[in-house]
Amino acid sequence: MAEEIIVPPELRRNILITTVDKLYNWARRSSLWPLTFGLACCAIEMIAASASRYDIARFGAEVFRASPRQADLMIVAGTVTHKMAPQVLRLYHQMPEPKYVIAMGSCAISGGIFNSYAVLQGVDEIIPVDVYVPGCPPRPEALLDALIKLQKKIDRQSILTVPWYRREKA
Amino acid sequence: MMEEIFQLLKEKFPEAIVEIPEEAKDPTVVIRKEQIREVSLFLRDEVGFNYLSFMAGVDLPERFEVVYYLYSMGREPISSNLGPLAIKVYVEDKTNPSLPTVSDIWPSAFQQEQEIYDFFGIVFEGHPDLRRIFMWEGFPGWPLRKDFENRTFTFKELEPTRPKAPYW
Repeated sequence: MAEEIIVPPELRRNILITTVDKLYNWARRSSLWPLTFGLACCAIEMIAASASRYDIARFGAEVFRASPRQADLMIVAGTVTHKMAPQVLRLYHQMPEPKYVIAMGSCAISGGIFNSYAVLQGVDEIIPVDVYVPGCPPRPEALLDALIKLQKKIDRQSILTVPWYRREKA
Repeated sequence: MMEEIFQLLKEKFPEAIVEIPEEAKDPTVVIRKEQIREVSLFLRDEVGFNYLSFMAGVDLPERFEVVYYLYSMGREPISSNLGPLAIKVYVEDKTNPSLPTVSDIWPSAFQQEQEIYDFFGIVFEGHPDLRRIFMWEGFPGWPLRKDFENRTFTFKELEPTRPKAPYW
């Protein structure tokens, strides 16, 4: 590039250069708003993670939204029964993209100890899961670790390849 | 006190009592299902058992049983706390089990009977709103019956049995 970019003197030493992806992902991953949504005892640990001792606000995910329209992240915290499964699916469909799912605890991952007629054997049967957190229930630290893992996953995404900006339906 | 109540029942409803099991832990009396409403009204109004603590269904190889646990909260005519008194009803018909409701006698029986219907398929005749409360209408089978195969289901497998939106 032969032409020189002219920068006004008052802006010199005040310019950062980055990529669109990086800026976009930084903004998204720093404000992952979860859906207010708990199904069983794992929800208690999720609440503990959001309270002052573990403080999920350090990672920008403290705004638990009461409406799926405003949420980016669904933390499936607990046993998904077959009676609840259609509602879980519906809430997931009501969330705007980009959206992410954390399956928290053994029950959400695989049904856990509930090898029975009433319990869905893993929430990944109905919705795509990004991060699995094992534990019964997982400690708040484990949930925070899952959140950090999800943030790293978001950092690796590119605006050109993510499914929700493709022209054809993903 | 319980012996007196049994004596009272024997005098008043001699043909309603099937048996009084001696080995039972709580005082128990087995009532014929045709007379359960008369006996319930008598126990509530004249003896004072004004509180139905819980109801349970039992699946035995030869019959179904429904168990009622009664207490008295120290109301008239006997102003002392009585209980528990267990009432049992044998439902011999295993293909179409049914018995009269007591939900208008003790309101706490309302949901207990719905639950027993949900899990055992025992029909309570005269119940104002008998429907499944834990599983949905159309769920295959009665989960707490002994012949129910307790296996896991996939979401797709149960999808055709579900009520259509927005009535779930």
